[in-house]
Parts: sequence; structure tokens; C-alpha cells
Amino acid sequence: MATAVMTTLDPNSRSAARGMSDLTIRNLFIIPTIIFLIVFNIFPLLYSLGYSFTDFRASSPAAANFVGLQNYRELLNDPFIWSNFAITAKYVIVSVVGQVIVGFGVALLLNRDIPLKGLLTTLLLLPMMLSMAVVGLFWKLLYDPSFGIINYTLGLGSFEWLSNPDMALYAVAITDIWMWSPFVMLLSLAGLSAVPKHLYEAAAIDRAGSFYTFFRITLPLVAPILMIAIIFRTMEAFKTFDLAYILTSQPTTEVISIRLYKMAFQEWQTGRSCALAYIVLIMILAITNIYVKYLNKVKER
Amino acid sequence: MAHIQLKNISKTFGNHTALTGLDLDIADGEFFVLLGETGAGKTTTLRMIAGLEKPTEGQVFIDGVDVANWGAAERDVALVLQQYSLYPRYTVRENLEFPLKPKIRRLPDAEIKDRVDRAARTLRIEHLLDRKTDRLSGGEMQRVSIGRAIVRKPRVFLMDEPLSALDAKLREALRTELKNLQMQLGATFLFVTHDQIEAMSMGDKVGVLNHGRIVQTGTPHEIYNNPRDTYVASFVGSPPMNLIDGKLVDGRAVMAPLNFELPFAGGAKTGAAADGRPLVFGIRPEDVYLETGAPVEARIHDVENHGVEKILTLRVGDAMLRATVPARTDVEIEQAVRFAWNPDKVVLFDKGSGINLRHAS
Repeated sequence: MATAVMTTLDPNSRSAARGMSDLTIRNLFIIPTIIFLIVFNIFPLLYSLGYSFTDFRASSPAAANFVGLQNYRELLNDPFIWSNFAITAKYVIVSVVGQVIVGFGVALLLNRDIPLKGLLTTLLLLPMMLSMAVVGLFWKLLYDPSFGIINYTLGLGSFEWLSNPDMALYAVAITDIWMWSPFVMLLSLAGLSAVPKHLYEAAAIDRAGSFYTFFRITLPLVAPILMIAIIFRTMEAFKTFDLAYILTSQPTTEVISIRLYKMAFQEWQTGRSCALAYIVLIMILAITNIYVKYLNKVKER
Repeated sequence: MAHIQLKNISKTFGNHTALTGLDLDIADGEFFVLLGETGAGKTTTLRMIAGLEKPTEGQVFIDGVDVANWGAAERDVALVLQQYSLYPRYTVRENLEFPLKPKIRRLPDAEIKDRVDRAARTLRIEHLLDRKTDRLSGGEMQRVSIGRAIVRKPRVFLMDEPLSALDAKLREALRTELKNLQMQLGATFLFVTHDQIEAMSMGDKVGVLNHGRIVQTGTPHEIYNNPRDTYVASFVGSPPMNLIDGKLVDGRAVMAPLNFELPFAGGAKTGAAADGRPLVFGIRPEDVYLETGAPVEARIHDVENHGVEKILTLRVGDAMLRATVPARTDVEIEQAVRFAWNPDKVVLFDKGSGINLRHAS
């Protein structure tokens, strides 16, 4: 069937007049994309896999020596790397949980009949559309202990958000929550508006209270789409670089991608950083897989 | 169980008027059917009783208490909708338990189980209890949603076209089941439908709704045999009542543009006042019969065979008349026949207002 579609071309069409078959046209569209993918994604991926087994340094002319699994062994035994992972985990949990609470909460509010709903939704989506770097720079100003508007409004005096090692990670997470809650909100809103109204009416008739209705009807029905939002946000948060890098340089905010960046481009341990990148990739794949399994289970129920 | 009264209810949605000056009285334990076309305001009436909609004007009384400020939960009604509205992702049992489980009036587990089992037995869905609701057929789903209504023993059952999404056979079966259920429970039912057969066969009383107004309330028999106006006459019955323009002249019905005449028996009852005035004669198809030597000649325009009976469309001049005749009647299209009507069954309507003369006086 598919090949029939591929190979028959309207004989009167302009392409046919130029002597092109459907197959040619398909290739014309697809091949550049495939080449691009191979050159910029797949090739570096495989090439860096190769490097991860060597002691290659991009800064030195010395040839790379094959060292086997040494890079992996050392990385996985390095307590500093593990502390980077711990920071990342903390960051992911705080920021994703925050985004889900704020995003879903706002979506619940927006899901009623309120005036200017469309405008409000659009305005709320704005943070998501800004560039990470811009957001980082702005929040740096907002957090500023001496003239930052946050301390001014909250009356916190000269509270140090970013230079306080205990607070800095949370400050980054708050910025991330501000920026990405709209994303969770948007998906939740789609999920919420797909819940049939008559179910709520039926629940009201069945004399179910609002909590009962929320936990027995709303949440189970929105769960799959909320899960997708959580998967996306977890993956993104796991590889956060720009926000943390721009906002602060505390050792307590050194998430794994910053560590990776430093290892690759400041310490020039190219081989080892390739190995670390692969460890991170495998972790993200594993976490995503767990979520997807769970998502399928939620959908089945 | 409850007695429901609506007093002078009006409801507008923006510029659209859904209901105007609606009065309704549903006695305790009555099976009341609200009959009307799509958009007549049936569902709005029902939702107002359920507390899902507030009337723009007028009052709703349940057992003599004005329930204006009561929410749906406090009114203690059960609502069965056309679209089933089962809770997805739950089993049939969980759906049936749903109204019994909220913390505020949580019943003991044994009681819940007992009630669910009893409802399942009544509706013959016991074998489905552990199934997920999305693996049910339409009829099963609707039974579950009726089940969810009956586990709670509400004061009133409100049903919004619960059968219209089902296929014909099942509709018939559930119709009987619902009627039996109502008698068994002795509960007040308000049943909304656009299907006049449902209304006729189930209702203790029928209210006909047209453009947000109650046109007529009465037993199915009254509605069928003595419709208040030409709307009810043409809406109730299948095929509908024949309506022919004409006049009464000396106790005979004279059809104005066609100039055929039929005997009329009710002349004395309606009085001479009706004489000569433009009227509409209404006659049910089953009261029109074919007979050799009958007064009027017509041609067979169309024959619909319904198994037990045939519905003939007769053509007189350019007017069409329907007649229900036994299936064994042997006729062909374009055949010339003679017909008469049962003069006792003729209903007179005023031509201008469309009101039944018997109701007007």
C-alpha cells in the first residue's frame, strides 16, 4: 500500500514534468535531515563513546591512549561526582515538585469561568518563552541583596539568596519554577478541560465533597497528561546548565552538567568527561523509562 | 420520596429564553414524563430541579420547602443522564459505591455491600460488578448509571433521556425495567424524553413542553385523545394526528379548500357557535378507515408496512391523510379508495389559535 502511494505520481503534475518520481521527492525532503542528524548528533554520540574509553585531552597534541573502563571506574568511585549527583537530584526534586504544585494549582484556578481567562493564560505563559540566559540575568538582579526587588518586597533586608551556599540551589530552583510552571499549567489545563463536565455534575448529585471529587475524579483523569509534563520537566531539570551557571557559582549549586562542562572545557579531561556524559545519559534514560512504565500503568487503569 | 412543585419558573441564558412561566406539579410516587422536542427546555427544567441550574425567576419546592438555596447535594436527588456519566477507570462496583463512600455520610461497609448487591440484582448486572466501565456495552453502562442512582435511595429520580442512546430492542427492554423499578421502589420519577412512545408507555402523567412552555399536562390517555392544541396533536402519536382545515356546516364537516364532506357527531357538544367558523379537524390515523361506499374518494399515495399494520397515506386533492389499517388490507399505490372517519373521535381546533374547542370552553 505504502509503496503504491510512493511510486505513483500524478502524471500531469509539475514534478512529473520535471521527471521526478515520488521516491525522488521523498528523498529530497528526507535525506538532508538524515545527513544533518548523522553529522551533528549520531556521529558525535558514537565518537564520544569512543573517547570515553581513552585518556584523550583536546588541549594537548598527545595521542589518545585506550584505557578501557578506567574513566568509568574512577568516575563512579569519585565522591565529588556523587555529591554533584546528589545536588542535581535535590534540584530536580525541588524544582519539579514546585512546578507541578504551582502549575497544576494555577491550572485549577484557570479552569473555572473567570473573566479575561484567555488573556490571563497568555500572560502566564510568557516566562516559558523567554531565553534561559535572559531569565538568569534578570533573576540575578531580582535576587540582588542590596537593590533586588525580592528582598525589598518581602522586607528581607539584605538576605543573600545567591551567595548563601545553603540558599543558592533553592534560589535557582525558584527561578526554574517561575519559568517552567506555565508549561505544567498548560498541559494540566489541557487535561482538566478534557474532563467531561457531566462527571462533575454527576459527582455533585452523588453528594461528593470537593476533596472527594478532586481525588476520585479530577486527579485520576488528569494524571496521564500530568505525568507527561513531569517526564519532560524531570529530563530538563536533570540537565539544567544555563540557569545555575548564570545565577551562581557556589559549589552547592554545581549540578552535574556544570561539573561536566568544567571537566570538559576547563580541565580539558575530554575522555573522562565523555564517560561522565554517558553516565548522565544512561541515568536520564533510566529515570525516563521508570516514568514511562508508570505512565502506561496510569493509562491502563 | 417527595412531592415536587415548580411555580412560575422562567429561565434565560443570555438572550435565549429557555423557559417561560412554567408550572409543574409532580405528586409523590408519580412517574412523570416531560415530553418535548430537542431544545424545548426539558433538560433545563430537570437540571433546575436537580440544583445544577438556578431559575431566573420562580420557585422550586420539594415537599413544600423552597429549595432555592440548596445545592445539588442537599436536594438529595438522583440524576441519570443520556451520556451515562460513569466514572472512568473504576469498576462497576466502585461506580456503584461512589455515592455511598464520601466521608460525610459514610455508611458501614456491610451496608454499602448490601446496597450495591441489591441494586446489581435489580438491574441484572451482578456479573459485571468487577468489570471496568469502559468494557461495557451501552445498555450495560446505562444500567450501571441507573444503579448508581438507586443505591442511594434518593427522594427523586431525575432521568434525562436515559434510553435515547440505546438501540431499539434494548430501549424497549429497559423501558419495562424502569417502569417496574419505579413501581417497586414507589419513588417519584421525572423522566425527560423526546420520544412520545416512551412518554405514552411509561408515564403516569405526561407534560408536553413546547418552546419553554408547558402546553398540556395529563394522563397519556388524555394527551392522546384530547390534545389541548394542534401542537400536541401533531407531536404525540406516530403517525401524528391528521389535521385538516375546514368548517362545520349544519352538523357536517366541510373541508374548506377541498370541498369534501364528512359526517360529524359532536355538533351538539360544541354548540352552534362553532358553525361556519374556520376550524381544524383532528383525527387519529386509526380512526380513519377504508370502506366501500364511504363518503370520500382518495388515492393511495404511499404504503408503509409495519408488520401488524399498514400506514397508508391518502391523497385527496392535494391534501394528505394518514390512515392506519390492518396489515391484511390489500392496496396498491395510486389505487382509488373510499374512506370515512369515526365521527365520535374527531377533535376540533380553532383555526386561529390552534386550541382545542373542548379546552377553550
